[in-house]
Amino acid sequence: MSLLGPEAWQAVLLSLKVAFWATLWALPPGIAVAHALARGTFPGRHLLNGAVHLPLILPPVVTGYLLLLTLNTNAPLGAALEQLGIVFAFRWTGAALAAGIMGFPLMVRAIRLSIEAVDPGLEEAAATLGASRLRVFATVTLPLILPGILAGAILAFAKAMGEFGATITFVSNIPGQTQTLPSAIYAFLQVPGGEGAALGLVAVSVVIAMTALLLSEAISRRIARRVAGR
Amino acid sequence: MTLSVDLQHRLGEFALDVAFEAPPGLTVLFGRSGAGKSSVVQAVAGLLRPEAGRIALGERVLFDSAAGVFLPPHRRRLGYVFQDARLFPHMSVRRNLLYGQRLAPREAAGPGLDEVAELLGIEALLERRPGGLSGGERQRVAIGRALLARPQLILADEPLAALDEARKSEILPYFERLRDEIGLPILYVSHATAEVARLATHVVVLEQGRVARQGSAAEVLSDPQVTPLGARAAGAVLEARVVTQHPDGITELAVGALPLLLPRVARAPGAVVRVHVEAQDVMLATTRPEGISALNVLPVTVRSLRLGEGPGALVQLAAGDSLLLSRITRRSAEALKIAPGQRLYAVLKAVSVAPDSVAEGS
Repeated sequence: MSLLGPEAWQAVLLSLKVAFWATLWALPPGIAVAHALARGTFPGRHLLNGAVHLPLILPPVVTGYLLLLTLNTNAPLGAALEQLGIVFAFRWTGAALAAGIMGFPLMVRAIRLSIEAVDPGLEEAAATLGASRLRVFATVTLPLILPGILAGAILAFAKAMGEFGATITFVSNIPGQTQTLPSAIYAFLQVPGGEGAALGLVAVSVVIAMTALLLSEAISRRIARRVAGR
Repeated sequence: MTLSVDLQHRLGEFALDVAFEAPPGLTVLFGRSGAGKSSVVQAVAGLLRPEAGRIALGERVLFDSAAGVFLPPHRRRLGYVFQDARLFPHMSVRRNLLYGQRLAPREAAGPGLDEVAELLGIEALLERRPGGLSGGERQRVAIGRALLARPQLILADEPLAALDEARKSEILPYFERLRDEIGLPILYVSHATAEVARLATHVVVLEQGRVARQGSAAEVLSDPQVTPLGARAAGAVLEARVVTQHPDGITELAVGALPLLLPRVARAPGAVVRVHVEAQDVMLATTRPEGISALNVLPVTVRSLRLGEGPGALVQLAAGDSLLLSRITRRSAEALKIAPGQRLYAVLKAVSVAPDSVAEGS
């Protein structure tokens, strides 16, 4: 496609990769935290709720800087992870981590709402029929909240595609390595004559966002019909 | 196997303190709403953890606060039929039915899917989704699902309360069959006298979180001192044998040695049925009335009398070995000088016993 140069294409592909992995790693803890918040009655529930929502309220640059402080290879945690071969700072993996954290509150909210909509009576019925708590979750709760999980995943994916502040602070803006779609648009706009390339990227992000939205609508309609039991 | 329950629990202002036994057969927990019936069933199921007490099913201890035992619901081996069916909406009827069976211990014996589907008349529904079923169908599937979990105890929490009259009479016979064919203890919550009269082999009356009375259905329902729903709903249960069908549509039954004439009861001679006779349908006379349209005039002896706080009174009567209840006014009680030991005649119009009040005996 002549609309985008190789550097821009690289940014698009990297962003898709980052957003995909960010959504994927955030899903299991996202479901777990949403379940704890919806059904749990433990002390510190409000504290957990606050902590989950923090990235939504803090300036993204602050989140990025906190990540950089704790996970750079000179910090104790970052150094320990480096021993295990895991490095986040200035790598695409760091971008996936930052994007996942920024999308986490949105994902948890969507899933939590869908868990709260599940009749606890159904889970009780499953338990009286011999299902352990884990089995109740896997066979009753999980299938019934699939639409919510899908909605949460799409939201987190969209957020990850557009994440800018935390990403650029944590992993910088290295073309081919950490330059995601928004960072690339920002970079193009910094150089004279870069508006054309920036506009191409803007068009691509609109197309990706619309596709994701329509796809999720279609899937969730199908799931909702199945879950309604008709 | 007998279920023994002894528990104390506090729910806000409400204190629950009950002890009773449920032998094999159908035990009805009977009382008005708010008497604590559902809490007792939830405690037996493990969905509510009582503050103190002990619940055991035969030798198996489900809960013992002193020993620190609390089996979670999924290890109690019970079949719970909820008022609102609670079928899994994302599964077909077949998968709903098989949900508990797959989780039952391998060695647990019990009826299979085909047998249960036939018993409940749901063979044609197996591939349907719960969302498209009627209330009665849903409740039948819920009963089947509970049965197929190979339970050692069946709990039913007002399983008919959400259904209209037609659906109720559709489901009642299935509970009668369960009671007579499955051989498991069934703990059944109800606040409807008609259900108790039809189903119960044993009745536990709850009043404000306490057991007011327990015993056989005939004993408890004919006790004028125990009217959890008020004297208006009082009524006794007679065990009767079908003697013969008269050509004019009247069925002659025998209650002990006494004849009882009712509108057609579709059973063969020799069959044993239980007849629910409401106290307000029984009239009393000091001499045998002549020239009266009522078909049944039974010689009875007054056992006890309970004067209500209002204008009413309840009289317990012995008709042979059976017990009847009659609800009259205090004015009549005084006019007839009713006292224990007195001989009277009880008058019962045949048509006042609705076909629904006659059920399979046990």
